[in-house]
Amino acid sequence: MTSLLKANGLSAWYGPIRALYDLDLVIEQGGVTALLGANGAGKTTTLRAICNMVRRSGTTSFLGRDISRRSTEDIVRMGVAHVPEGRGTFVALTVEENLRLAFHTRRDHAAARRDMDLVFDYFPILKERLHQQAGTLSGGEQQMLAIGRALMLGPKLMLLDEPSFGLAPLVVREIFQILRRINEHEQVSMLIVEQNAALALDLADHVYLLETGKVVTSGPSALVRNDEALRKSYLGY
Amino acid sequence: MEFFLQQFAAGLTSGAIYACVALGLVMIYVSTDHINFAQGEMAMFATYLAWAMIDAGLPYWVAFGLTVLVAFAGGFAIQRVILKPLERAPVLALVVSFIALLSIFNAVAGMIWSYTIKQFPSPFPSRDLFGNGLVSVQQLGVVGVTLVMLGLLTAFFRFTTLGLAMRAAAQNADSARLMGVRVSWMLALGWGLAAAIGAIAGMLVAPIVFLDPNMMTGILVYGFAGALVGGIGNPMGAVAGGFIVGVLENLVGSYVIGNELKLTFALIIVIGVLLLKPAGLFGRVIVKRV
Repeated sequence: MTSLLKANGLSAWYGPIRALYDLDLVIEQGGVTALLGANGAGKTTTLRAICNMVRRSGTTSFLGRDISRRSTEDIVRMGVAHVPEGRGTFVALTVEENLRLAFHTRRDHAAARRDMDLVFDYFPILKERLHQQAGTLSGGEQQMLAIGRALMLGPKLMLLDEPSFGLAPLVVREIFQILRRINEHEQVSMLIVEQNAALALDLADHVYLLETGKVVTSGPSALVRNDEALRKSYLGY
Repeated sequence: MEFFLQQFAAGLTSGAIYACVALGLVMIYVSTDHINFAQGEMAMFATYLAWAMIDAGLPYWVAFGLTVLVAFAGGFAIQRVILKPLERAPVLALVVSFIALLSIFNAVAGMIWSYTIKQFPSPFPSRDLFGNGLVSVQQLGVVGVTLVMLGLLTAFFRFTTLGLAMRAAAQNADSARLMGVRVSWMLALGWGLAAAIGAIAGMLVAPIVFLDPNMMTGILVYGFAGALVGGIGNPMGAVAGGFIVGVLENLVGSYVIGNELKLTFALIIVIGVLLLKPAGLFGRVIVKRV
């Protein structure tokens, strides 16, 4: 089986500042991989570099195809759905329009309609808010909408950038349960960036630990979970 | 009373033209979040192209259609060639580019076709509609074309996914890219549509005010006022605003302040709206929760 996503020597810059140093990353199909590390470790940058949203070098490939020089739009259309930091809500559009936007990119409208029903299955609240301006949704609902938009793209891989950010613990738990179900039932693999390491370790089967733009260690999440020294020095618990 | 009705009808006609100009402004605002100050001069230039085609012997409607197409392509090209490199430039740089475009179009039109005014044919007969001197077929035609255009645009933005993608691209370009929307093409499309609408406005107004390189200068201010009154993010509001400004301008002009201060009146409207109701009469206030 070819791996879903591969990055070799991935580096990234913000202006003159280098944020990633020769990162190697492999994501297998079907799994959930977590990127952990402190603030400024390069987690968000890694996601942005995969989607070509920052200046970067190194090679990335998706399902065996080189995507290093593809545009963000093309990478998305190939099946990489990025749920961005800050949720990326289209605040002036209605909830429905936020979701329906995916019809613009998808050829198979019947499949897109099925995915819309799927989104409502996972997030019934979005159906209730269908005609509401998306900017009026609560933070948790906007996070659900962001995941819903990603699902609408019929992705093979979801990149999730801190889905727990700024949300109440109860809402976070609900969202992570839904993410697990999506991963299990929809054959969507995930690469998740989280500050809340315990939460991410629980969901993920594989972990990369970053520090100042470099990989410190990687392996099955059980390994990190059980390594107290590692946890204490890098994850702070 | 009859004088009032006449002025009212005349106001509706100029209002229709302001509405077209406002629609062009809204189009670019909705798809790029910018105000295109060159909108009027682009319309003027397109009208000269139509004039040249008709002068060369093409039938009116053929020239009309070709002009709309050429204007669309021109607007598209302006975005691709001039504005795309400025995508990440500060807003002020863009404003300066728009003003540069304005004076370039004005000067080039003057250079090619000279500054002497020209007559431009109207597709509608100037004959009286009911025989009572109130409304002419010409006036009705201008209003009708505006309303049809509004209908088409509204339907486009509301019911097509392409229209939705354009709105999304304008609101949040990064997030739109993450939904697979090719943002820079959407912007070019917005410019193309705006230029096409402008061309129609130019061809509607030219038979009334005569064709010369400065014909749109004042009209742009009225169009701008109309767009602001109605809410600059909303095509329907812009058209309503255009009509309101047209009628007010005529009535206030004939009863209160006289013709000389009409343009000042438009500016007062602009400032008044910006001060009192920045979202416009029909604009939606965008609620943002963090």
